[in-house]
Amino acid sequence: MSEKINAKIPEGSISEKWTKYRSTVPLVNPANKRSIEIIVVGTGLAGAAAAATLAEMGYKVKAFCFQDSPRRAHSIAAQGGINAAKNYQNDGDSVYRLFYDTIKGGDYRAREANVHRLAEVSGNIIDQCVAQGVPFAREYGGLLSNRSFGGTQVQRTFYAAGQTGQQLLLGAYSGLERQVGIGTVTMYSRHEMLEVVVIDGKARGIIARNLITGAIERHFGHAVLLCTGGYGNVFYLSTNAMGSNVTAAWKAHKQGAYFGNPCFTQIHPTCIPVSGDHQSKLTLMSESLRNDGRIWVPKQKDDKRAANDIPEEERDYYLERRYPAFGNLVPRDIASRAAKERCDAGYGVGTSKMAVYLDYAYAIERYGKIEANKRGLHNASKEEIIVMGKAVVKEKYGNLFDMYKQITGEDPYEVPMRIYPAVHYTMGGLWVDYNLMTNVPGLYALGEANFSDHGANRLGASALMQGLADGYFVIPYTIGAYLSGEIRTKAIPTDHPAFVEAENKVKERINKFLTIKGKQSPESFHKRLGKIMWDKCGMARNAQGLTEAIEEIRALKKEFWSDLRVMGDADEFNPELDKAGRVADFIELGELMCLDALNRNESCGGHFREEYQTEEGEAMRDDENYMYVAAWEYEGDSQWTLNKEPLIYENIKIAQRSYK
Amino acid sequence: MSEGNMNLTLKVWRQKNAKVNGSLETYQVNGISEDMSFLEMFDVLNERLVSEEKEPIAFDHDCREGICGACSMYINGRPHGPLEAVTTCQLHMRSFKDGDTIVVEPWRATAFPVVKDLVVDRAAFDRIIAAGGYVSVNTGNAQDGNAIPIPKEEADKAFAAAACIGCGACVAACKNASAMLFVSAKVSQLALLPQGQPEREERAIKMVAQMDAEGFGNCTNTGACAIECPKEISLENIARLNREYLGSSIASTVA
Repeated sequence: MSEKINAKIPEGSISEKWTKYRSTVPLVNPANKRSIEIIVVGTGLAGAAAAATLAEMGYKVKAFCFQDSPRRAHSIAAQGGINAAKNYQNDGDSVYRLFYDTIKGGDYRAREANVHRLAEVSGNIIDQCVAQGVPFAREYGGLLSNRSFGGTQVQRTFYAAGQTGQQLLLGAYSGLERQVGIGTVTMYSRHEMLEVVVIDGKARGIIARNLITGAIERHFGHAVLLCTGGYGNVFYLSTNAMGSNVTAAWKAHKQGAYFGNPCFTQIHPTCIPVSGDHQSKLTLMSESLRNDGRIWVPKQKDDKRAANDIPEEERDYYLERRYPAFGNLVPRDIASRAAKERCDAGYGVGTSKMAVYLDYAYAIERYGKIEANKRGLHNASKEEIIVMGKAVVKEKYGNLFDMYKQITGEDPYEVPMRIYPAVHYTMGGLWVDYNLMTNVPGLYALGEANFSDHGANRLGASALMQGLADGYFVIPYTIGAYLSGEIRTKAIPTDHPAFVEAENKVKERINKFLTIKGKQSPESFHKRLGKIMWDKCGMARNAQGLTEAIEEIRALKKEFWSDLRVMGDADEFNPELDKAGRVADFIELGELMCLDALNRNESCGGHFREEYQTEEGEAMRDDENYMYVAAWEYEGDSQWTLNKEPLIYENIKIAQRSYK
Repeated sequence: MSEGNMNLTLKVWRQKNAKVNGSLETYQVNGISEDMSFLEMFDVLNERLVSEEKEPIAFDHDCREGICGACSMYINGRPHGPLEAVTTCQLHMRSFKDGDTIVVEPWRATAFPVVKDLVVDRAAFDRIIAAGGYVSVNTGNAQDGNAIPIPKEEADKAFAAAACIGCGACVAACKNASAMLFVSAKVSQLALLPQGQPEREERAIKMVAQMDAEGFGNCTNTGACAIECPKEISLENIARLNREYLGSSIASTVA
């Protein structure tokens, strides 16, 4: 084990660690809290929850987001739901089972103690949200409703139609705005963090750009919390929002914070396929659609017939064929790879041939028959059954079907949907210890921005759980371990040389972007980076491709810094300038992701190295050599040192993950 | 690079910042595919403008899947364009015809000052929420989620009101630039749920007071807001807000 890495996992049995630790972690008394300032960057589930809760506790909080309102953070787009071990359905759920499913789902690459804590607080999250007025789906008896999700066998997912993320975020946002109204949180919207200020080895503030005026601002904090989401947009096309970026996390990384498992990317199996070069982002179709839809491709290669003209016996329901136990409900990584395998082998559908069918004809007929029986119509014609079935499907999935039709111009009630995997979430992120603190004292990472809970593959409905767990129920306790030692630290004036230096660095960089005066837009560089990443560090990777990708990215970086064109000025609202900074950071991150993928000579979860697979094409882990977190330390331009945090499983028996 | 065969004339509002006057500028865009979203057409135009060393058009956008509420174009006189229940980012070019002229403006309201081109400042909405659009429950205070059963019908109504994405189309659509639909959606959501009851009276009064202070206009029941709302927030919410406000004004000590 690297001496530099100390995860600070408390002693004791797994089920007692958090309870005991929480009861013994040092506290900051109320009077002292009033003079301690905390900076929270990002206002999604993790950031809004943390900012509101810390302010409620008495800390002085400054919250930042690049969007025009904290309510627009990308957590808002989450569709399916949020897991919690409530066992309301009496189907055998428990904290241990949620813990176990999450570790297994992550292909044994997540940290046990953190995941167990996540499962422990999951129930509190639902209670908190209900108390805020989050309108979760309910049964006729007035109690909360649950549904199932991929990779689990219990019903533990709470939801609000297909807009769960929106409703949870609006709950957290209302808590945040309440504190803004009271004056305990100062909100900085349309502000982008462009540097971490480190003084005597501790994070002491940030440099932020006011995106409306272009003013560069210095902000002091006794601690800095990065709740800035994931970096899926390194692939250009992803289900992330257009503005989602790695910049805050990357600045922290370059200031010394380790980056954990950067290559662990989640490719979501059910997204609307790319329709052309103009494509700016990809749209997810909720995983819940796999509850009822059947996925297939033609048995014949390059079949030109329309989907409905292909008879049943000439269709290959490949997930049901390969994974009879879980069928269409296998975890995301497995479903995605299986789709890619069929398309690569020449069985893909649609004009691009890079798509598979998600078919509701069978479900429509099945629901129609049930409905006919309910109504006592035992001689209903096929047409009548179809009409009734469509009505049932509309009630369950109507908003998703409408969205599909709006985007593709095709009616999914009549023809199968075309879907293909797309980048959706990044399990990797800043390395943090049990307290959610990076290796830079006073600098924290919460939610998708850290690496800790999902291992090499995240299960559906677990991202919302983690964001809110970190913000509401973890950081409010664990931050005391650090801040209790900071009560004598007076606010550092922002004319301190470290602030001046950081600000100058930011200004120089902005000036550089504007003065290259080359020919190519930030957007065009982003597109090219995305293509390299998707082709060579995407759903399947190999040593040769990754080696090439690293060379190509380095060349792209050179070109970027010599031929970039940014229109507009520094002292105004300038989205092109914002984008240039984000793309520059994505380029550097892309190189590290390839390096990490190249280093990890195994396949696990979303990381699939073609050289390491079973004869049946399944991922082959190497627990002997790679059961560790890769925590990369920045050493300078294109230079990194690998630190390893060994993963120790004391409570779960390691097994080959099987969904057959 | 052309991908389609639609040729269009765009008249787009250009304004350097809040301090100077703006005007409509005309752009010819060719080779547009009907599969493009409206914003992707703007991406194509902006790339061309950069290649011609001209400043691209600033517009707000983020999730591009109709839920974040960032996009905000006033297209041919209608917020979010010609379709119902669709945000600008989900509007696709197949809703237009080859040869069309399309006029694109920002939201127009005193309370939403223009930042640049098609971008406006909607921070007034945040301040309205900060004035009372919440349940005062600190983290850790909650009881079990199933302790209070809520009839499905009430929960569904609260959800329908909570679907508001805060985009501001209601304000843009209103001849008075009133924010009543936005405010009523939040007041309704919480008034319909048991969790919202303790602060029910002061919530309506405080949020309406903040709405007025921000400079939004009064509601004259024309109903344009509900027609243009991409999330189909119902006018019934405004009726409920009026009842809440009146009831609170009589009963409460806040006002």
